[in-house]
Amino acid sequence: MDLLIQILISGFILGAIYALAAAGMTIIFGISGILNLAHGGIIVLAALVAWYTSQHLGLGTYLGDLVGIIASIVVTYLLYVLVILPLERFRHISTAEKHVFQLVATLLVALILQGVLEWFFGATPVATPPMLEGVVQIAGNNVPKNSLLIGVVAWVVLIGLWFFTSYTRLGKAMLAASMSPKGLAIVGYDIRKVHVMVWGIYGLLAGVAGVLLASFVGASADVAINLTAISFTIVVLGGLGNVFGSLVGAYILGFLSTITAFLISPSISQIPGLVLLVVILYLRPQGLFGRH
Amino acid sequence: MSNVNRSPQTTGPWSRDWLDWRVVLTVLFFVFLAFTPLFAGGYYLGVLTIALYMGVYAMNWDLLFGYIGEVNFGPTFLIGLGAYGAGLCNTYLGWSVWACIPVGVVAAMIGGLLLAGPALRLTGPYFGLVTLVAVLILSQLIVTFAGYTGGEIGLALRDILTLSSKGNFYYALGLTVITALALRLIVRSPLGLILEAVGQDAGATEALGFSVTKYKVFAFLVSSFFSGLAGAMTVFYFGTASPGTVVAVVMAVQVIIATIVGGRRTIIGSVFGAIFLIVAGELLRPIGQLSNTVVAVLALLVLLLAPGGFTSLFGSRKERKA
Repeated sequence: MDLLIQILISGFILGAIYALAAAGMTIIFGISGILNLAHGGIIVLAALVAWYTSQHLGLGTYLGDLVGIIASIVVTYLLYVLVILPLERFRHISTAEKHVFQLVATLLVALILQGVLEWFFGATPVATPPMLEGVVQIAGNNVPKNSLLIGVVAWVVLIGLWFFTSYTRLGKAMLAASMSPKGLAIVGYDIRKVHVMVWGIYGLLAGVAGVLLASFVGASADVAINLTAISFTIVVLGGLGNVFGSLVGAYILGFLSTITAFLISPSISQIPGLVLLVVILYLRPQGLFGRH
Repeated sequence: MSNVNRSPQTTGPWSRDWLDWRVVLTVLFFVFLAFTPLFAGGYYLGVLTIALYMGVYAMNWDLLFGYIGEVNFGPTFLIGLGAYGAGLCNTYLGWSVWACIPVGVVAAMIGGLLLAGPALRLTGPYFGLVTLVAVLILSQLIVTFAGYTGGEIGLALRDILTLSSKGNFYYALGLTVITALALRLIVRSPLGLILEAVGQDAGATEALGFSVTKYKVFAFLVSSFFSGLAGAMTVFYFGTASPGTVVAVVMAVQVIIATIVGGRRTIIGSVFGAIFLIVAGELLRPIGQLSNTVVAVLALLVLLLAPGGFTSLFGSRKERKA
């Protein structure tokens, strides 16, 4: 029973962080068609900056987390302005190949980010101190308050995202941009402004995922590529561009890897998810909730 | 068919005339390489040997990406199968080098067929993800069965190709020239045109009566044949097979970057890209930890400023835009 509860709680929190991480990636894909392979690098950047500013610059956990999130947004905009925009301007490359260029370019950015982060922060995994001390008893199990807070924060941000896209003017514009950019332009929206806003939201989501990850399990530069692979898997599993699908995919993957880690061995916790992904892609190439 | 931007039969002397100056330059470059052992020391030959093997990997990636348009994130799946197929054969069966290399090639070709399956069903990022997963699973298997494969540390082989750095260099150069000629012949033949058509519009190609399945499988088999061969020869060059040198995702990324930087859909550009990547990495080694990062920055600059790669700098105006 204890094991079951531990799996449920760990899986719940890990799934929420995965969902946050994947939400940004899938939104960017839905709106600008870009699969950002530097994704894990940006998440780890937020985690490491939060750790560094809170531990070494003495800003404290909360302020450090804030700086981490800001760093993530800044780097996201740098990526957008220095790499994505110039690539969009290539007129003489076909659309199909442009996607590959975006993939390769963001992959290079991932390598650069990982190299710089490792050079600056070192390769040892680090964790930020807990935001809340103490434990609570859940059905006879000691659960750190911090872990619960992480799960709650992740869910609040996810619900906020849902509220934003469903009930606010800007959010609806964002959703419309993923469905019909032309239609959005016709009703008078500047599509470029929507893109700029979406990249900001992307940076915010990746940043929050990063600081939560740093607090829950810790982070180091070399997990960046794994985080990209996990997010990529979730996004494809749920259907590219579908936020709800990503949420479901994140929980499937979160629980699968938690169960494997608890019951078999943490070292192969990623494998069942990968196998499941291949099976699902064979049966439903568009993902669980893909549109076509 | 919006992206048919170049048909080899109509544009540029590169395609029509074998005495084009770029062909001459390429041949001169390889002749120059063939004479490097006369003046270069063992260290430089070692670097060039690695670069040439990387060039062979990259040429085969270009065949899949540049021609049939498959985004294969797992070139090291095929290379690794060739490498470990040959390595395990040598270590456990005790067969000679030249008996084990075909074993590696067969292992890689079986892997090629395994990848061709999803390639027929999935497109774009979905297929890319499956290939990435293939690499992750392969490296996980190698680590899980460390008792047989040597795990992260690597599998020590009984034999090597040769002890001489000149000999090794000529093996690598020979393989590079043979692969380059074979792949150029394929892509320049009518068969190559069909492969390109498959990559640009599979539906239209099928409608013209060509079996997309057959041509895709063919391309995967050719690519995995040479990838496996190169992987097998690489482990017999190093004397060990380890995930870090023939399977890791980082290696796969290097192969992809070599092709993009050298110039996609040219086959030969991949060799230049690979030599650039490896030599730049070596030259920058003194700056330490950041050397790979600087190489990545350079590659990104090439990608942004000359998206057609190095070879496009020598192309005609039209090709430069392609």
